Amino acid sequence: MSNLETSIATTGHEAPATKGGSVAGYIDDRLASSNFTKRLLDKVFPDHWSFMLGEIALYSFIILLLSGTYLTLWFNPSMTEVIYNGSYTPLKGIKMSEAYSSTLHISFDVRGGLLMRQIHHWAALFFVAAVSVHLLRVFFTGAFRKPREINWVIGTLLLVLAILEGFAGYSLPDDLLSGTGLRIAEGIVQAIPLLGTYVAMFLFGGEFPGTDFIPRLYSIHILLIPGILLGLVTVHLIMVFYQKHTQFPGPGRTESNVVGFRLFPIYMAKAGGFFFVVFGITTLIAALVTINPVWLYGPYTPSQVTAGSQPDWYIGWLDGAVRLTPNWETNILGHTISWNLLIPALVIPGIMFTALGLYPWIEAWATGDKREHHLLDRPRNVPTRTGLGVMSLVFYMILVISGGNDIIAVAFNLSINQITWTLRILLFVLPPLSFVLTKRACLGLQRRDNDKLLHGYETGQILRLPSGEFLEIHEPITDAEKAVILAKQDFAPLALESGEDANGVRNPKAAKSAARARLSAWFYSDTIPVPTDEELQHAAEHAAHELHEAQAQAKQIEGSSH
Amino acid sequence: MNELEHHSGDPYGAKDGKDLVSGITVFPMEEHVMRRADIDPKAATRAERQVATMFTLAILSVFAFVVSYVKIPNTKMIDVPILGAANANHVAIGLFFGLAILLIGVGAIHWAKKLMPDVEVIQERHALTSNDTEREAVASSFQRGKAESGFAERKLIRRTLLGAMALFPIPLIVMLRDLGPMPGTRLRETIWDKGIHLVTDVTYNKIKASDIPIGGLVNAVPENLLKIEEEDGNLNERGKASIILVRMDPAEIVSQQGEAWDYQGILAFSKICTHVGCPISLYQQRTHHLLCPCHQSTFDLSNSGNVVFGPAARRMPQLAITVDSEGYLIAQSGFKEPIGPSFWERG
Ligand code: HEM
Ligand code: FES
Repeated sequence: MSNLETSIATTGHEAPATKGGSVAGYIDDRLASSNFTKRLLDKVFPDHWSFMLGEIALYSFIILLLSGTYLTLWFNPSMTEVIYNGSYTPLKGIKMSEAYSSTLHISFDVRGGLLMRQIHHWAALFFVAAVSVHLLRVFFTGAFRKPREINWVIGTLLLVLAILEGFAGYSLPDDLLSGTGLRIAEGIVQAIPLLGTYVAMFLFGGEFPGTDFIPRLYSIHILLIPGILLGLVTVHLIMVFYQKHTQFPGPGRTESNVVGFRLFPIYMAKAGGFFFVVFGITTLIAALVTINPVWLYGPYTPSQVTAGSQPDWYIGWLDGAVRLTPNWETNILGHTISWNLLIPALVIPGIMFTALGLYPWIEAWATGDKREHHLLDRPRNVPTRTGLGVMSLVFYMILVISGGNDIIAVAFNLSINQITWTLRILLFVLPPLSFVLTKRACLGLQRRDNDKLLHGYETGQILRLPSGEFLEIHEPITDAEKAVILAKQDFAPLALESGEDANGVRNPKAAKSAARARLSAWFYSDTIPVPTDEELQHAAEHAAHELHEAQAQAKQIEGSSH
Repeated sequence: MNELEHHSGDPYGAKDGKDLVSGITVFPMEEHVMRRADIDPKAATRAERQVATMFTLAILSVFAFVVSYVKIPNTKMIDVPILGAANANHVAIGLFFGLAILLIGVGAIHWAKKLMPDVEVIQERHALTSNDTEREAVASSFQRGKAESGFAERKLIRRTLLGAMALFPIPLIVMLRDLGPMPGTRLRETIWDKGIHLVTDVTYNKIKASDIPIGGLVNAVPENLLKIEEEDGNLNERGKASIILVRMDPAEIVSQQGEAWDYQGILAFSKICTHVGCPISLYQQRTHHLLCPCHQSTFDLSNSGNVVFGPAARRMPQLAITVDSEGYLIAQSGFKEPIGPSFWERG
């Protein structure tokens, strides 16, 4: 007995003075977590509006999990046919699947059901949008460079999964629009060489539409993909946390520090508050703006379709690619290869996502850059990358627009034929063109930056010199601006390995090295070096001198005119 | 300002004004500018009241939500300006719920911005690579484990293990077999057959040839569809057997897929697009073009249903028709080629 008492007395810590301290103490007694918790609370996050894009994606995902859980309480993923008898009169007495009738039930007979459905759908649209724009920010600022390549790949997977998850959800209510989408997906699966027919039969439990697919899709939509998403998002965030966030260049910012606000309390209040803002805005939009009014489309039947039907926005590019591809199909030895589907629905997305995922290594191979980067690039400072990004974006946008070629035709009273041909040509012409133009624009901006550094900015104040000349006063830019502009780092392209070694033996790696050197030269080909310290100093002295002279002279005029 | 002295002795980890890592010029951080609330206690109190007001409104919104939920009937419709008619219960609870959430968020951010310190702090990054000793330690631990396991020397174990590991997923794949039936000839067959009556879709009435005017279009299905659908409990046959009937002046028919497959200018075509299977419904009677709403494939029905535009590669299959003794349309036979999208074995 007394032994026990002594041991308590010797190992117990003093009772902490505060309530928070006692909770922390209770946990620390079990996890020795104080060190970690302290680092957590003190952790510094840099602040920039574009860093909130990933947050919006995260919060939309949480909103999706919450609202989706609500919907599962009423939704019935069954393709069994029933006669509708709910309170939406236009469809009373009509035969439909239980999936569709339970969606109507949620929309019309469950209070708050329509709200949850619309929150869920809007959040899905925002989710994919936020992920995409977040990706663009990471790309254009070079945040994917070492050491963050792994997070980039995880991000690519998240994007693919987010699109699939959205498509799966969209297909569940079994309304006329979603069924048509599934019909198209099934047709594409059938086009897979060798296995397609079997895969389609197995997926749908026989022919389309069957009665198995929606229940199967349901477990994919509410368990499989969200589970993987949640796991990957967690790893994604742990990596951001562990590697620390990148920051934009600015005064006091270096490659070896992070400047910003601490997690506790500022970041917690701002980011936590921001979650509520995103959630609140999504809810308000859901309250006021109808999305996916399935009751207007009617139940799915494979013999009906509505004209001008459109998928959710993030499927538009695939739809567009399918619309643009010419009707190529070949028959070899009794087998059909549907290029008209394989190319737009499998080959193009395959290439796009592979190139996207591998981009950090492709760029690093071209530049030979093996260093860590924690300061972000300004897009103008890396013209080739920025050009490639804009080029891909333009390619993507043309596909999205092609997905609405019928709508454009009606709106502008043009023939589908003309529009499709125009878009086919633009798909090959505009991306390279935008690459060239973007690079030029970047270089123009670089030149302007250098100008600002060397000559300052124009104040708009004009001095009249005794000689009758006018001189505009230039003020040097602030240190903050200088810090941003001078953060540009200029690299030299990789050197060519010589074709022969010192003893005249042919270097087997030479060909590869030549290709790489050429790529590297291309990547770095255009850049305008930032002025050296000497040039800057010289320019500063010159400007000071000129101003001094001018002011002295101007004073004289003033003096003599009195 | 900086809580950590960097190990280089400079607050920013720089030396001689240059970043030690990248060599870029480092400028000192800007002077912190005080906010109103930092210097004026009245401004601080005002900010505090603003934040508390938002939180209070959030509380009130929750009450308003509960009242709306209980009191407003779920059947009442109201007109929302610009957005049109909407369910009153839905709009009210959505607005109050949304406000309750939003106000918490706006309040918290306002609080952080106005009242919490806005001085940026500097934190040092830690190295993301371990040092050589640590790396070597990992390598030697691995070597130790490898040696202890004998994985390298015991070839027999290694090879059989790799074999077993390579094969064990097979059951997982095999067990997917019963997801669905083998394709068989399913994709080639429809329930159309010789002598089957064409009936209107939805209402299932037999169709008299004389009832279809020139330029007319009728959506039709086989008469046995309803019964089969009830037996099978699915829409599979409908997805294959749906057809459209159009009537044109026989002189305008350029070609057909078979000799006399029309009946006095009435032609029957599959309704299922040969591209990826959307049902087609847009018919332009002047040009006899049939346009698919999904990807705008266009078929010329006066010319064997050939593709005139769009991504579809194959013509629209035609169904040979005639009439029975009473003048009702019937099929001469089933489809002579598979309907709908292509598949590998189609040929
Ligand atoms: C489920 C979808 C996603 C969620 C929830 C998510 C969330 C986040 C969050 C909260 C951050 C930190 C804040 C920020 O930099 O914006 C972040 C950073 C990052 N994300 Fe994502 N993200 C998603 C998808 C993606 C995608 C599609 C990519 C690119 C292919 C990507 C690549 C990255 C990278 C490289 C970082 C580190 C950025 C830095 O430190 O500057 N993420 N993500
Ligand atoms: S399904 Fe008809 S054009 Fe694609």
